[in-house]
Amino acid sequence: MGIIKAQDVSYQYIRRDEEDNIEDISVALDKVSLDVEKGQFICVLGHNGSGKSTFAKLLNALLTPSEGTIYVDGIDTSEEERVMEVRQKAGMVFQNPDNQIIASLVEEDVGFGPENIGVPTDEIWERVIRSLKAVGMWEYRDHSPNKLSGGQKQRVAIAGVMAMEPMCIIADEPTAMLDPVGRTEVIEALHQLNREKHVTVILITHYMEEVIGADRVFVMEKGKVALKGTPREVFSQVERLSELSLDVPQVTLLAHELKKSGLNIGDGILTREELVQALASLSS
Amino acid sequence: MFRELTIGQYYPGDSIIHKLDPRVKLMGALVFIVTVFLANNVFSIVVVTAFLITFIALSHVPLSFMLKGLRAIVMLLVVAGIFNLFLTPGNVIVQFWIFRITDVGIKNCIFMIIRMTYLIVGTSVMTLTTTPNQLTDGLEKSLGFMNKVKIPVHEIAMMMSIALRFIPILVEETDKIMKAQMARGADFESGGVFKRAKNMVPILVPLFVSAFRRANDLALAMEARCYNGGEGRTKMKPLSYNAYDHRAYVIEGLFLAATIVSNILYNRYVSDLFANMLGM
Repeated sequence: MGIIKAQDVSYQYIRRDEEDNIEDISVALDKVSLDVEKGQFICVLGHNGSGKSTFAKLLNALLTPSEGTIYVDGIDTSEEERVMEVRQKAGMVFQNPDNQIIASLVEEDVGFGPENIGVPTDEIWERVIRSLKAVGMWEYRDHSPNKLSGGQKQRVAIAGVMAMEPMCIIADEPTAMLDPVGRTEVIEALHQLNREKHVTVILITHYMEEVIGADRVFVMEKGKVALKGTPREVFSQVERLSELSLDVPQVTLLAHELKKSGLNIGDGILTREELVQALASLSS
Repeated sequence: MFRELTIGQYYPGDSIIHKLDPRVKLMGALVFIVTVFLANNVFSIVVVTAFLITFIALSHVPLSFMLKGLRAIVMLLVVAGIFNLFLTPGNVIVQFWIFRITDVGIKNCIFMIIRMTYLIVGTSVMTLTTTPNQLTDGLEKSLGFMNKVKIPVHEIAMMMSIALRFIPILVEETDKIMKAQMARGADFESGGVFKRAKNMVPILVPLFVSAFRRANDLALAMEARCYNGGEGRTKMKPLSYNAYDHRAYVIEGLFLAATIVSNILYNRYVSDLFANMLGM
């Protein structure tokens, strides 16, 4: 069994009027099932309102499913007594870098999580040092978060999650509010943690470029998983993706168009190098 | 507009004052406030000034940085100074139309301004050299006894530290909203006090909305990081006194004593001297 397992999970946002009568039900998730293996780098792609953020909150037990169950490392997230365990195992990074940093000093913020779960002082320091170094923010340990760039703040937030030694990091659109440089920094940091510390990463995003390095991709649409597979498998379905109004990376689109107009190149080309290679092998 | 607000900000550094235990500094601030109000003559003001200058020098925080905090209260100083100057009874020195300036008035006015200035500068030595987290840790620990009477000390301390962290963010946001509205023709500069106050409403509404949204996000982020109130929490930087802290307590005690002694000395010897000189 994988580290995260979702079985027929549904979630509805229910809006009630003053007399507590149900006014409106919007279905954010509709019978989603998926399985994440330990150590993988997973991307969840989707549009605004596709239910991907709701899914992230369900994994962290900030919300509990209306129907179905989610297991994080074998723990049912709706078991109230074990919520803290779930949150410690599946750490979460949010979208807005300003609104998730609690302390006024980088190192104190990273220490906030371990403090909450009652780690002894010496070990908190070890963890803070380790996690700040892992995201490359060690030099900034005594800075105020307000003085950092967006990308740096997100890396601090990631370090804050890492310091709780989770098995899995869920990043809910961590790059949505960043500039391109910050975006690369954050994605690179997540990949590095995945590679070196073998943390499972679930990256929720709507930027296609960020998906390329992932092991598996889930594309969500209207609360359902519309597509899944490796990035190559998913991106080879260019038409289906544009039906879901998602853009594929430009290189993939170019390769697709070239293929359509008669060139004999493969499906699902993801990087510039691959395209160059494919074109070079054509001419020889 | 609010950029110069330094209250509650931290100036990173490595000085002796920075390294002191926050409880020592809290106590120090308290002692300082008491002495500022005890000091009612030239002698004790000199003593307080000497200590204040030493503290500032030891903290390695540039003086200009501290004085910035004063800008916020300049208006208050001016108004309070004028009231003291003109409305204090005593021996009239200058008189014109309905105004009169008395000797006591001048003295009160000068002391008032010195006191207010010292209060701001003195307490900002504490806030500038202590991270808000240390500060709240210090408060939490020194007020820990209040837990027994069911006052949620940890929660209050946590709220304070979060409030302090969000001051600069909200200030920045206010600036942004103001600029956005100025770009669309809003006018915050002209008109009387009431008109200007009225013009601030369109700033406050979006600011409130965004503050609530931030609070909601922050609560989620804290929950996601297993925050569950004060129980069972450990400390990353637990407070413990060292030799310096004990010495600092002694110095604070000496400071208080010095002020009181100089008050007594002044009253016993010097004030008579002045009275004699004036009587001549």
